[in-house]
Amino acid sequence: MAIQNADRRRGRHQEGRQRSGENGERLAQGLGWFSLGLGLAQIAAPGEISRLIGVPDDDENRQMMRAVGMREVASGLGILSQSHPEGWVWARVGGDVMDLSLLGGAWASDRTDKERVAAATVAVVGVMALDLLCGRQLTGQDHRDGYAGNQSFGGRGDTRSLEDQRWSGAVHVKKSITINRPPEELYRFWRDFDNLPRFMTHMEEIRKLDDKRSHWKARGVAGFTIEWDAEITEDRPNERIAWASVGGSSVHNAGSVTFKQRPAGRGTVVEVEMRVDPPGGAIGAKIAKLFGKEPGQQVGDHLRAFKQIIETGHLTRSDASFALIKHPARPPSEVPKEVQAELRTGSYQGASS
Amino acid sequence: MRATCWMGAKDIQVRQVPDPKILNPDDAIVRITSTAICGSDLHLYNGFIPSMEKGDILGHEFMGEVVEVGRDVKKLKVGDRVVVPFPIACGHCMNCESHLYSVCENSNPNAWMAEKLWGYSPAAIYGYSHMLGGYAGGQAEYARVPYADVGPIKIPDGMPDEQVLFLSDIFPTGYMGADNCNIKRGDTIAVWGCGPVGQFAIKSAFLLGAERVIAIDRFPYRLKMASEQGGAETINYAEVDSVPEALREMTGGRGPDACIDAVGMEAHGMGLIGAYDRAKQAMMLETDRIIALREAILSCRNGGTVSVIGVYGGFVDKFPFGAVVNRSLTIKAGQAHVQHYMGPLLERIQKGEIDPSFVITHRLNLSDAASGYSTFLNKQDECMKVVLRP
Repeated sequence: MAIQNADRRRGRHQEGRQRSGENGERLAQGLGWFSLGLGLAQIAAPGEISRLIGVPDDDENRQMMRAVGMREVASGLGILSQSHPEGWVWARVGGDVMDLSLLGGAWASDRTDKERVAAATVAVVGVMALDLLCGRQLTGQDHRDGYAGNQSFGGRGDTRSLEDQRWSGAVHVKKSITINRPPEELYRFWRDFDNLPRFMTHMEEIRKLDDKRSHWKARGVAGFTIEWDAEITEDRPNERIAWASVGGSSVHNAGSVTFKQRPAGRGTVVEVEMRVDPPGGAIGAKIAKLFGKEPGQQVGDHLRAFKQIIETGHLTRSDASFALIKHPARPPSEVPKEVQAELRTGSYQGASS
Repeated sequence: MRATCWMGAKDIQVRQVPDPKILNPDDAIVRITSTAICGSDLHLYNGFIPSMEKGDILGHEFMGEVVEVGRDVKKLKVGDRVVVPFPIACGHCMNCESHLYSVCENSNPNAWMAEKLWGYSPAAIYGYSHMLGGYAGGQAEYARVPYADVGPIKIPDGMPDEQVLFLSDIFPTGYMGADNCNIKRGDTIAVWGCGPVGQFAIKSAFLLGAERVIAIDRFPYRLKMASEQGGAETINYAEVDSVPEALREMTGGRGPDACIDAVGMEAHGMGLIGAYDRAKQAMMLETDRIIALREAILSCRNGGTVSVIGVYGGFVDKFPFGAVVNRSLTIKAGQAHVQHYMGPLLERIQKGEIDPSFVITHRLNLSDAASGYSTFLNKQDECMKVVLRP
């Protein structure tokens, strides 16, 4: 269980916090100089570095290499110039995950030298391990406490109920949106879990196991997937659905959605409340946050997408918005696969269907 | 296709880009027959609007022929001639149903960016930064039009492009500026700025029953158009000591019943106060533009209305709010709810009450978009409005 891990971590850290903090600072210095050196090399000789890691030396890769180099230089300078470089070390962890996903792309391409890409991947994983170690040593226990104190359910201290303690490391999120349709329609759409991946865009699959239970598979950062089983714990037609993960789920989570009609044609307020114990605890949440995927924002994005589908029949798409990397506002050269799929299935047709 | 691309401040290039494709079942693709450069495009040209990306296609005033429709489009068919409104609106959210189309709740996929600056996000706009959606604009050969059953208005055969093109933005914008003044018989309306939107505000004020319109600018050719085409009295602000004083004397010591700001300001500031101050010092033109709104407030009669249709992007300095509170002024503002006004205004054109083509001074090929921008910005050759043909 998550809480037991957290307790073990807490004990270990309190004993060795001071020593590990000093180690962390030394390690951070080393990582800072490493960042600076690598970054300067990437900016000065992007072609050579591209060839070294086995990707084609073309304009696009050179540009990407320079961008990655600037990021390295920034985090190097950040680490070396700050007396509390912790944030910059975590930025490095984020950078590592980004590099891994870029290398993941290189794997899929048939224009790359696989052996060299493999060597580069191993190197990045190694550096990432150091970055993680360093980040954890610098962060110590304080952060997890801070995170829990700010965002978890319930109070702190001895008066916490067992249920609250169980969620002590969790992130608590509450978000709402108003949708211009009656609660019956919104409830019906949400209760059919087949619909959820349409607006929970990071969900790869939600499979119904039986009337109450379902299997969830989500895309995490850098192509990793996270899976869990969930059970409906409350189902009040047209008002509220609550669910919770069951068994040995890797992401302990529970949530609810309520639908409340507002008077005089003001639509329905949809409120989602969730408690998530992110994989990797506070560290996982921190890494995810670097990618803009921390749970609060994610729930907000999902609600907005839910509203778009219900009110307009489909997700809102501009020419630039669905590109994974920055894209100017001009038509894409090809219609992305997921868009083609949605064009085939057609849009949501509202209460009439 | 060829499209007008923003490559950086003061750097406009017509480039080859991929053709637009249907991305949603209710999209249409329009082959553009006429498109125009808007005064607000000059804010982009000058680099004052944040969240532009190199390569963005510009343009939000365009019309053309429907060449492709998505499977859910019901009202439009291939071959229809349409004018496309500049705000992109879904037609189904609460605001759209209330005809507040320019504050549609769904059309901006980058709403979070706008929320950081403005609290909530307005509707997206074609070719007007990523903060406002990241949609490709219409100064191009083709454009994708989302929510095709909601925005575009069909144009009957026989009406030339130039008569109806400005239904896309500047005519409804000027008209809404006047409409927001709640004009009553005998009213005197003052209009700051005699660019194309100001010209339409002047005409619209008369259409809505104003007795007098007083137009304020500093370019003689623009004041001349306001007086000759629009029938307005004029003030050249470069030639008077104080515009509010001049207005007081012209209105029997009471002030205009309503004041329209059709100037706006370059959208600098944006929280970078230092940059804002530097820009304010460096760009005398822009500091003048802040003065327009202050003048409008200080000139307006007690209990009157200040209607703002000029584009403001960020924060305003030394805003005389005491005058607003103590003199019971009403401030009304907004990007035009074009979809709301297009139908009635098309009827006014058909009835011959107005011919919007009077503002056009330059007709260029799309390939010459870059020179169109610089001519318009520098007000060379008495430039009032540039229309581009692909």
